Amino acid sequence: MAALKTVLYLLVYPGLIFLFVYSTFAEWFDRKVYARLQNRMGPTHTGRFGLLQPIADFVKLLSKEDVVPDRADKTLFSVLPVVGLAVVITAGLLLPVWYFEGSATAMVSFSGDIIILLYLLSLPTLILFLAAWSSTNLFSTIGGTRVLTMLFGYEVPLFMSVLSPAILANSWRLSEIALFYQHRPLLILPNLLGFVVALICVQAKLERTPFDIPHAETEIVGGTFTEYSGKKLGFFRLMTDIEMVVSSGLLATVFLGGFPGGLWLGLLQFVGKTLFIIFLLSAMRAMTSRIRVDQVVHFAWRWLAPLAVLQLLIVILIKGLLL
Amino acid sequence: MKFQIPIGPQHPALKEPISLRMTVEGEVIRDADIRLGYNHRGVEKLAEQKNWIQNIYLMERICGICSHSHSTCYVQGVEKLMEIEPPRRGIFIRYLVSELERVHSHLLWLGVAAHEAGFDSFFMYTWRDREVVMDLLEMISGNRVHYAINTIGGVRRDLDEGQIKKIRDGIKILRERSEFYLKIGSTEPTFVGRLAGVGYLSKADAIALCAVGPTTRASGVAIDVRKDDPHAFYDEVPFDLITADTCDVLGRTVVRIKEVLESYKICEYIVDNLPAGDIAVKAPKKAKPNEVVSRYEAPRGENIHYIKANGTDKPERVKVRAPTLGNYAATVVMLRNGFIADIPLIFAAIDPCICCAERVVELVDARSGEESVVRFSDLRALAAKRRPVRSVKGNVPWPL
Repeated sequence: MAALKTVLYLLVYPGLIFLFVYSTFAEWFDRKVYARLQNRMGPTHTGRFGLLQPIADFVKLLSKEDVVPDRADKTLFSVLPVVGLAVVITAGLLLPVWYFEGSATAMVSFSGDIIILLYLLSLPTLILFLAAWSSTNLFSTIGGTRVLTMLFGYEVPLFMSVLSPAILANSWRLSEIALFYQHRPLLILPNLLGFVVALICVQAKLERTPFDIPHAETEIVGGTFTEYSGKKLGFFRLMTDIEMVVSSGLLATVFLGGFPGGLWLGLLQFVGKTLFIIFLLSAMRAMTSRIRVDQVVHFAWRWLAPLAVLQLLIVILIKGLLL
Repeated sequence: MKFQIPIGPQHPALKEPISLRMTVEGEVIRDADIRLGYNHRGVEKLAEQKNWIQNIYLMERICGICSHSHSTCYVQGVEKLMEIEPPRRGIFIRYLVSELERVHSHLLWLGVAAHEAGFDSFFMYTWRDREVVMDLLEMISGNRVHYAINTIGGVRRDLDEGQIKKIRDGIKILRERSEFYLKIGSTEPTFVGRLAGVGYLSKADAIALCAVGPTTRASGVAIDVRKDDPHAFYDEVPFDLITADTCDVLGRTVVRIKEVLESYKICEYIVDNLPAGDIAVKAPKKAKPNEVVSRYEAPRGENIHYIKANGTDKPERVKVRAPTLGNYAATVVMLRNGFIADIPLIFAAIDPCICCAERVVELVDARSGEESVVRFSDLRALAAKRRPVRSVKGNVPWPL
């Protein structure tokens, strides 16, 4: 029975199949919201309400010709998309979504898993940089350096803002943090500032407007992905989608009290909360213009980092005075 | 480390082929080199083989966005050559289309600039509202792009009361929307942060490099053919000349949106004061030997046509100076010491219409970089040599 559950966990929920299906749904939702905010229709053609459009796009990319540039580092170039996909799916397993027998433990839950999750979510950035560097295209190289430059901006504020609720909950374990806020819902409020900071940082991590600088189409063509085509590009796109789901799952766990209620209610909570965060991300994407890479670093250290420090201070004060 | 990045001839930021070679150091541009000649169409040569009337429609096809500018500029010149004066109602309708075209061109530019800056929502909104003015133009002229409303001695279509009412309603919607865009374009923090201080062109440079149109006006130079050398009825229309003194892309954006608001004023003046009478006079077939320079304020800047007649029904020479050509020299100065991220913005800010400005093809050997001159007859011989079978097949007589 336990073995079956493990297999189910790895392959069905919240493993491969669920992440694949849900991330394509999340992409559809993101595209639809973005389109409606821009007075467009968004996907309508494939499936009901265009629901199958992201899957159709993925299958189409899988069947396309796969070109590897002559001067590229061929092994690295081909391996990176798969590694990136594996990394984000592994990160997805760490989310506390399925509680066994009512005990507050996820399948892969241990003290310090929040750090592992943050680390696994940082890896795709490095993978994108390596992918850009190994394709040796001029536009890719510029995109790759932009990826790294941005990393120096948003990574520290993201860590600080995500870890401050953990400090308040006095635990480095995602399921315990979620449980803490389920029992004391009012304590979610002091973390709102951190939530906003983390939301902006996640937007930067996912390289969406206003932070879509590494693949700014009008400036550097495809940027990081200029040389990628076919399957490899498909994997990278899927990676970004799953990364979006996992990072919004992380924010929902840490800031919005996780997903209690067993399998079905928990699933419902997971979908509701992550969609809420994805909606905020889409709205941010629709309402802003792309900024320059130096402006990102400037903005991150001028505003985001101090706000994250302020959040830490608030958390420490509350912890000292109230708890 | 200095290296060269090629922007174009094919690049997502460019809607038409042009090659910008940027020498960059990290993210900073040190030098720019503009190469033209990817889409030379020989319009001026073709104009010498067509008669005065046919040339109106040829001139209209120089540009797809400011088509009316070229045909109006040409028609103005030819009317002077033929010594005819179009009736006032014809003039009013002609320049009503001019101003509506300016509105559509500026709204289009606003969308393009927003897209280059990565602000796609703004792009979608401006282009949605541009449909209003496109519909008005279609209602007036019957076409959305090449209006074909000009003819020598007036216009080809009249306006009726219903159309005038629709124009009034359309302008009301457009004015409301444009005021909203002015607010967004000058206050949205990420958009303004992206545009302010980018592509600096000082007032002295703008004058020295003969820049034209909104690019110059955003550098604080008050030039506008409609004010400096009022053609047709512009001396009696109340409108303001818009300038800005920020000298950057933000200034160019603000100037264009405010110009759109001025255009609404002109359009309203036209429909309020539309005189009665004919819309065109009959024009002679031939023009006496003479020459004329016609100036016109196109949406992108001053458009100049030089027309020479030799007494026949065809022009001896038509020379077109499209406004984009006047702005290239200034673009190089604007690009220097900017960021790579700003290339599309700075280049888009002159509102380039590349095919309008193409006058020559340069033959450069791709391997050695050597330039050569080839006669047209040689080119034809070369083509015949490379495709001997096809040319023979084409000449085979019908066997029966």
